[in-house]
Amino acid sequence: MARKVLVLGEVRDGSLRNVSFEAVAAGKTASEGGEVVGVLIGDSVSALANEMIHYGADRVVTVEDEKLKQYTPDGFSQALMAVIDSESPEGLIFGHTALGKDLAPKIAAKLESGLISDVTSLEEAGGNLVFTRPIYSGKAFEKKIVTDGLLFATIRPNNIAPLEKDESRSGDIASVAAEIKDLRTIIKEVVRKASEGVDLSEAKVIIAGGRGVKSEEGFEPLKELASVLNGAVGASRGACDADYCDYSLQIGQTGKVVTPDLYIACGISGAIQHLAGMSNSKVIVAINKDPEANIFKVADYGIVGDLFEVVPLLTEEFKKLKVNA
Amino acid sequence: MNIYVLMKRTFDTEEKITISGGKINEDGAEFIINPYDEYAIEEAIQVRDANGGEVTVVSVGTEEAEKQLRTALAMGADKAVLINTEDDLEGGDQYTTAKIISEYLKDKDADLIIAGNVAIDGGSGQVGPRVAEILGISYVTTITKLDINGSSATVVRDVEGDSEVIETSLPLLVTAQQGLNEPRYPSLPGIMKAKKKPLDELELDDLDLDEDDVEAKTKTIEIYLPPKKEAGKVLEGELEDQVKELVKLLHTEAKVV
Repeated sequence: MARKVLVLGEVRDGSLRNVSFEAVAAGKTASEGGEVVGVLIGDSVSALANEMIHYGADRVVTVEDEKLKQYTPDGFSQALMAVIDSESPEGLIFGHTALGKDLAPKIAAKLESGLISDVTSLEEAGGNLVFTRPIYSGKAFEKKIVTDGLLFATIRPNNIAPLEKDESRSGDIASVAAEIKDLRTIIKEVVRKASEGVDLSEAKVIIAGGRGVKSEEGFEPLKELASVLNGAVGASRGACDADYCDYSLQIGQTGKVVTPDLYIACGISGAIQHLAGMSNSKVIVAINKDPEANIFKVADYGIVGDLFEVVPLLTEEFKKLKVNA
Repeated sequence: MNIYVLMKRTFDTEEKITISGGKINEDGAEFIINPYDEYAIEEAIQVRDANGGEVTVVSVGTEEAEKQLRTALAMGADKAVLINTEDDLEGGDQYTTAKIISEYLKDKDADLIIAGNVAIDGGSGQVGPRVAEILGISYVTTITKLDINGSSATVVRDVEGDSEVIETSLPLLVTAQQGLNEPRYPSLPGIMKAKKKPLDELELDDLDLDEDDVEAKTKTIEIYLPPKKEAGKVLEGELEDQVKELVKLLHTEAKVV
């Protein structure tokens, strides 16, 4: 059934996030031959509209207002509801990001609709649009369908391939007026912690440390390796509990669930809770002194050895590879 | 201060997941308070101890959740409410749960509602913000710090590693992120006291809801386990050579770098 699908683009530091292009691709599948309309909300976002079209949106609607410079649930929901009122979509796709997770349930409640969160793939099957999503932090998966009303989903970054970028594509860009008022939450300050590197949930490469890193300083060689591979640094709960790093880096059943192309586990034993958070990564490398460590059971490649010897060697090897490439 | 906590009973994180008859096999599994809801309960107790008032822990589920509600009472919550849907509902979704909780809370004049930011089983993270929206109050998700000062609140929100300092006012719903606090273990006197604390049980009827009012908007059609990962190749030889081989394999065989 062809339908009109709105896809919310997400802007960070003046650019569209990758997940927005993945969301456009998901929107294309969900539209089943209908129309994909990109939505951009912010204080100055219309310059990014064409990029959404290049990645597959048929046209883009923007809502611009000084009060939308930063995300707030009230401001963004007012803007989005204005677009929904004017477009009457049959589908909505957001990224399953901090913003998407925060905003989507509010919109779903306003529309009294269902919402399928954290989707890793979607396909048409047997007359239904079927959404696949992890449950129990990836220990199992479920397939879901919408039985009543709007088709609404948030998609997990890094799982649905974006469409090929085509700069010759063009489409209409229009602005929608919305009255943004009575914001009940005010952001006083943003303290950047993650600015050191790539965001963990979107990273293609993750270098993770466990108790084996032994100290806060022990993360330094991991950070160097991450910077050579343009990756992010993560951690096991053990490392977080021991105060070697911040909880925001934690990967596992509590913490983040990640699915990068390459996951390098350094000094991580591989408790079941940690495996739940990373075992769906495409390629897993384990570096651990203990040959019996559980992590080797899920690793594609393993090196039995001291991470403080292996990681710097790896960094050097990857540097050589980059130079030769 | 009138404080409510939304709590879910979930599988212990230690549990392996198996499937039988198309469903997650619960036989013999250990159940716990959803870890993020434990932070919510702890925070509620701390806010009450600093500001006075009462903490009520609410759960939607079956009578088996009584055990986890008693644990919350033993930690220090004052009252517990189980909304038992066992006889009324076949399968609900987040729309269902949020509607039931909101119906219960709508005339309770809650000043503060605290939930976990996500449950480790379903992993949707929808119910908290949905409830806030239905009740018409504001919310802040994934918080790592909460300061209440009269009717205003300063909240620190974790945003993918960054921290936002947010000012808002009560009534308010917040969802707990790891790092918010260190949940206490129930003390022995706490466990004794918990036995005498009120644990009310309600059904949909008591909320003037019937099945159709809360009918799910989505449906699970299949549950399956991911393909079991085969253990891969453990490299051998001199460490330098292993590293060289690994980089080569990642580049040429796995093609991820």
